[in-house]
Amino acid sequence: MPDIKVTPLGAGQDVGRSCLLLSMGGKNIMLDCGMHMGYNDERRFPDFSYIADGPITAFIDCVIISHFHLDHCGALPFMSEMIGYSGPIYMTHPTKAIAPILLEDMRKVSVEKKGEQNFFTSQMIKDCMKKVVAVTLHQSVMVDTDIEIKAYYAGHVLGAAMFWIKVGNQSVVYTGDYNMTPDRHLGAAWIDKCRPDLLISESTYATTIRDSKRCREKDFLKKVHECVDRGGKVLIPVFALGRAQELCILLETYWERMNLKAPIYFALGLTEKANNYYKMFITWTNQKIRKTFVQRNMFDFKHIKAFDRQYIDNPGPMVVFATPGMLHAGLSLQIFKKWAPNENNMIIMPGFCVQGTVGHKILNGAKKVEFENRQVVEVKMAVEYMSFSAHADAKGIMQLIQHCEPRNVLLVHGEAAKMQFLKEKIQQEFSIECFNPANGETSVISTPVKIPIDVSLPLLKAEAKKFSSLAPDPKRRRTLHGVLVMKENSTCLMDVDEACKEAGISRHVVRFTSTVQMTDAGPSLTTAHKLQMLLKEKLPLSSVIFSEGEISVETVLVKVEGDDDDDQKSVYVSWTNQDEELGSQILNVITNIKQF
Amino acid sequence: MKLYCLSNDPNKPCHILTFREITMMLDCGLSMQSLLNFLPLSFVPSNKLMNLPNWMPSDTTDPDLEGELKENGDRVFVDSPPEFCPPLDKLIDFSRVDVILISNYLCMMALPFITEGTGFKGRVYATEPTLQIGRLLLEELVVYIEQCPKSSFASQWKNFVHKCPYPLNESFKPKSWRQIYNMKDVNASLSRIQMVGYNEKIDVYGALQVIPASSGLCLGSANWVISTEHEKVVYLSGSSTLTTHPRPMDHQSLKNADVLIMTDLTQTPISNPDSMLGVLCVVVGLTLRGGGNVLIPCYPTGVVYDLFECLSGKMAELGVSNCPMFFVSPVADISLAYSNILAEWLSSVKQNKVYVPDEPFPHAMLVKNNKLKHFKHIYSDGFSTDFQEPCVVFCGHPSLRYGDVVQFIELWGNNPRNCIVFTEPDFDYIEALAPYQPLQIKVAHCAIDTSLNFTQANKLIKDLKPKTLVVPECYTQPPVSAPNLTELVIGTHAESSVIPYKWGEVINLPLKRKQGQVYFEPNVAQKIIPVEVKPGISLSTVTGTLNVKDNVHNIQDFSSESKTDKLVKYEWGTLNITEFMQKLSQEGVTDGKVESLGGVVVIHLQDEDALIQLEDNSTHVVCNADENLRTKIRNIVMQCLKKF
Repeated sequence: MPDIKVTPLGAGQDVGRSCLLLSMGGKNIMLDCGMHMGYNDERRFPDFSYIADGPITAFIDCVIISHFHLDHCGALPFMSEMIGYSGPIYMTHPTKAIAPILLEDMRKVSVEKKGEQNFFTSQMIKDCMKKVVAVTLHQSVMVDTDIEIKAYYAGHVLGAAMFWIKVGNQSVVYTGDYNMTPDRHLGAAWIDKCRPDLLISESTYATTIRDSKRCREKDFLKKVHECVDRGGKVLIPVFALGRAQELCILLETYWERMNLKAPIYFALGLTEKANNYYKMFITWTNQKIRKTFVQRNMFDFKHIKAFDRQYIDNPGPMVVFATPGMLHAGLSLQIFKKWAPNENNMIIMPGFCVQGTVGHKILNGAKKVEFENRQVVEVKMAVEYMSFSAHADAKGIMQLIQHCEPRNVLLVHGEAAKMQFLKEKIQQEFSIECFNPANGETSVISTPVKIPIDVSLPLLKAEAKKFSSLAPDPKRRRTLHGVLVMKENSTCLMDVDEACKEAGISRHVVRFTSTVQMTDAGPSLTTAHKLQMLLKEKLPLSSVIFSEGEISVETVLVKVEGDDDDDQKSVYVSWTNQDEELGSQILNVITNIKQF
Repeated sequence: MKLYCLSNDPNKPCHILTFREITMMLDCGLSMQSLLNFLPLSFVPSNKLMNLPNWMPSDTTDPDLEGELKENGDRVFVDSPPEFCPPLDKLIDFSRVDVILISNYLCMMALPFITEGTGFKGRVYATEPTLQIGRLLLEELVVYIEQCPKSSFASQWKNFVHKCPYPLNESFKPKSWRQIYNMKDVNASLSRIQMVGYNEKIDVYGALQVIPASSGLCLGSANWVISTEHEKVVYLSGSSTLTTHPRPMDHQSLKNADVLIMTDLTQTPISNPDSMLGVLCVVVGLTLRGGGNVLIPCYPTGVVYDLFECLSGKMAELGVSNCPMFFVSPVADISLAYSNILAEWLSSVKQNKVYVPDEPFPHAMLVKNNKLKHFKHIYSDGFSTDFQEPCVVFCGHPSLRYGDVVQFIELWGNNPRNCIVFTEPDFDYIEALAPYQPLQIKVAHCAIDTSLNFTQANKLIKDLKPKTLVVPECYTQPPVSAPNLTELVIGTHAESSVIPYKWGEVINLPLKRKQGQVYFEPNVAQKIIPVEVKPGISLSTVTGTLNVKDNVHNIQDFSSESKTDKLVKYEWGTLNITEFMQKLSQEGVTDGKVESLGGVVVIHLQDEDALIQLEDNSTHVVCNADENLRTKIRNIVMQCLKKF
C-alpha cells in the first residue's frame, strides 16, 4: 500500500517556524517555509540540511505558502536564494502582494536594528517573489503532470488559504492557520467534502473553546475605556495586517458611539498601504464589507491617526497600535520599554506570542524583563491577553474534520500536551488515526488506493439493465463480472466475447448436456412446472424462469421431453463449463427425484 | 448526445446539451433586436416622440389597433413598453434542466426567464465577475424600463405584423415576445448562481466534470470544457485573442475535443477593433475641439473601461483634457468600484499593479482627478452643477430605446457640432436612430467588437483540432451584409467535420461513448492473475461486488461469500482430437468412434452412452446422468484447452 510521509522541519508539536515536508506518490512538497520569532540564531530558520546539503531544487517539487504571517513564510527568501531553490512557489494573490512587505519589514528590524549577519537582502526578497505563482480560490492548478493543488478560503488573515494537494489517487489537505467563525473583516474557513487521505491541521487552540466573540470584544473595549478614563496609555502590539484592521474597526465604531476624545494612533506608514490592500482585495473579506464597499470603505478610519515617535512621551491618555505583535523588536518594544514602569498604563496582547519573545515573557507574569544590553525594565503596567487571534478552536477543528471527512488527521502548529488531548478526542469521536510528529520525526500514513480502470460501456449497461429489471431488494448485491484485457498501454474491463475479440483469440465454449430419465404421468408441460417449483424451492437465491417450454436457472437450461400419454419423461439439463457448479447441482437435484 | 438551439441570435446564445442523462443549458442570452421596433422610453415626455402620427395598415380599421403603431419617416414603431424575445421554451421543459453554464455577463440576460416561475430546480454556474457585473446589467435594464412606466401595453399589432412595413414585418416571432422581468425575479434568479473560479473542476452529479477556462473577452468570461474520463466537449462562447484588460484566453484546455461548439463570433466581421478605436479617438478629438459634445451610447461595463483609459490619454494629447467625461448609469459607481477589485481576473499587466498597491484601472485616478465623473441619472444630485460643455458622455442604452441616452439625443440631436458615436456592436445604428430622425447631430459608427473574427476562429479551429465542429448555420455562409466576402465563413477543416445548426433544431452529435470507468479496491486488484494469451496481451477474469454511488462505480471483493468466491475461467483455442483421443484411452475409454461431418467431429462412446461433439470453437458433451463419466470427460476436455 502506498504511503504518505510527513516530516515537520518546524511546527511539529510547536508553534512558529511552520515548515512541513510532504511525500506522496514519489513527489516531495514543502508546506510553508516559516521562521521562528523567538530565536536569533540558526534555530530561527528550519533545518534545510535535513533535505540535502546545499541546493534543494532537485529534492522538492514545489513549495506552498498558506498565508503571509512570517512564521509561515519568513524563511522563504533564505531557502530560495541562500540555500538554493529554483522550483515553483504557490500562494494566493493577496499573500503574494503582502508577504514581501512583511519580509522586508522584518529584514530591516533584524539587520538594521539588531545588526544581524548572514540575513537575506531586499534584492533576494524580490528575486524570491519572482518564483511565486499566484493562485485563485478553487482554481485547480497542475504543478506538473502529477501534482494538482487547489486553494480553499481559510479566514485567519487576508488571503489565507488551505490547500488541497493531490498526487495520483492520494490527497492531502493542509490548513495553514484557519478560523471557523467569521470576524469583523474576514469570513469563515470553508472546505467541501473532499475526503482527503490526510488532513494536516493547525492546533494552536487545541484545548480552548473560546467564549462568544461578542463577550471578548466587550471585554476588550471595557478595559481600553477604563484605562483611558484614568488617564492611562494603552499599547496594542499588532502585525500591520490582519488583527490590526479588525481591532481598528472595533475601536473606531466604539469611539464614534461613546463620543470619546482620547486619540487613537496607528504606528507605521504601513497603515494606509495596508488598508489599500484590503480595498483592492475586498473580494477576500467578509460578505458585509463586500456588500457595502461601494458606499463606504470600512478601512477609511476617522478617529485613527498616524503615530509619530515623539508622541511616546506626550502626556495624557492615548491608544497606540504598534508593530510587531510579539514585542520582539521594533517600535512596539520601544514604546513598551517607556510605558511599562507606569501602573496606570496597560498593554493588550491580542495574539499568540511564541516562546522567547518579550510578549511571551510578560504574558507569563514576568515582572522584570532583561534585554541584551543588560537594560532591565520593570513591568508595572497592566498586562492583558485578549485572544483575538483568528485560529480555529477545538470546536472549529472538529468542525473542519467533519466537513472534509479525512481518513487520517495530523496535528501541527500547537503545543505537544494540548495536541495530545485533541488527538485523543479526534480518535474517539471520528474513529480515525491521528498523528502529531515532533520536528524531524516522520509520520507514515498508509492509505488504501483505489485503482481507476476503464470499462467497456456495454458491460456496465448490461449489468445496469439486469439490475433494474429485478424487483428492488435492498439486500441484493450488484455484481460485475468481466475480463480485464491488459495491453502494453491500455487496460480495459469488458465482457468475455468482447475481450476475446480484442485479444484476437477465439473462445472455446464447452457445454454439457445430461439426460435424466424419470417416471411422471401426464403432459410433459406439467412435469416441467413441477420441476420449476422444486428448483425454486431448492435454489432460493437463483432466478428460475419458465419460458417457451424451457426452465432456465440463471443460464442453466432444463427441458422435459416425452409424450403426454407416456409415463417416461426425459429431462435434459444443459450448461456451459462456467456454470459447472450450478449445473451439476441442478443435475443432482433432478437425479434424486424419486417421486413428485 | 443532443444539442438544442433555443436562440436565433448567435451573439446571445442559448443551447441545451444532453449528455450522460444530464440536461445542461449553455448560456442564456437574451436577444434584444426586438427593442428596435419600439418607441424610445423617455422619463421627460418628449414632444417629438409623443406627436408622431398613428399608423394603420391600409386595408384595416380594427379599433383595437388604434394608437398602438406610430410612424416616423418610412419606419413604424410600437408605442408600448419594450418586449424581448426570450429563449425558445417549446423544445424543452426548463424544470428538467440540471445545470446552467454561463460564459460571460453578456450571455445571461435571459436567466430570470429561465429560472423563475418555470419550476427550474437546477444549479447555475458562473464566475464571480460574471455574477457581479451581470447583476449590474440586469439591474440597469430593470431600472431603465421601470422608471418610465407606460399606461398601456400594445398587443393587437402582433396580429397585423404581416401588413406592416419593413423591418417590423420581418421581426422574429413577435408573439413569443415578453415584458421584462422585475427586480424580485432578478434577485431570486441571481441567488441561484454558484460562483466558480477559472480552472475549477466542478462535478455534475458524478457523471460529468465541467471546467471554466478563461476566454479573454471580458472580466470573468469563460469557455466551458465538459468532460468524462473518455470524452471531451468544449463550448466556446464569446472569446478574444486580443490584448485588452481581461485575463488572456486559455487555449490549452480547449484542445483535442471530441466536439467543439463554437458560437458568439464577432458582429463586425469587416472592421478591425484597433482601427475603430483609432477612428473613435479622432472623432472625439475633432468634435471637442470644434466645441461639440460627444455622446457614446454604451453598456455600463466592458469595453467602456478601455475607452476611459484610451480616450483620457488621447484627450490630453489633443489638448482637450479640460473637457470632462461623464459616465451616467444607475450602476456607474458600482461598475467602476468592482472593476478595481477584481484583480485576479485581469491581464497580468493590470494584475501586477495591485502588488504595488495601485488600482488596476486608471479610471479610479480619473475619478479622483475629476476627469471622469459618474452619476446614477442625469437628474441625480450634483449632475446639473457639475455638467459642463463640451464634454463626452457615456450612457445607456446602446439600443437608444431607454436610459439617459434618450434625453441626451433630445438635448444635442439638433446641433451638427455634436456627435454621437456608436461603439457597441449589438444594434444597427441606423435602426437605432430611426425614431429620432431627422437629426442634425453627426453620426459616427465605430463598433468595437473584440470577439473572434473569422480568420482568428479558423486559425483557432486548426490549432484546437476538434473531431467535430458545431457552429450556427449562419457562420457557414458569408454575412448578409457582405455576401461577396466568401472568406468570412467557418471553412472546412481537414481534421474536423462541421455540423451546422439553427434556431429550433435538435441535432444529434456524433459522440458515442464506448468506455466508462470503475474503481478497483486493492484486494480486487490483488486477485487478478494475468494470463498472457499473445505477446503483450494478457487476460484475467474479474468478479466483484459493484457499488454505485453518485455515478461512481466501485468494485469490491466478495469477501464473505465463499460460494461465489471461486474464480470463473474461460477456455479458448481449439481442441486437438488426436491428443483428446489419447487422453481418453489413457483414462480407459477406448470405444470412441470418431465420425467427421463437415466441420463437426462427433465422438460416440457406445458403452457409456455418451456423445462428444467437437467444433473449432465449441465442445458439447452429451451423456446420461452418470456424473462419474461426465466428470472424467470434463477433466480431459479441460486438459486439452487453454484457459484464462
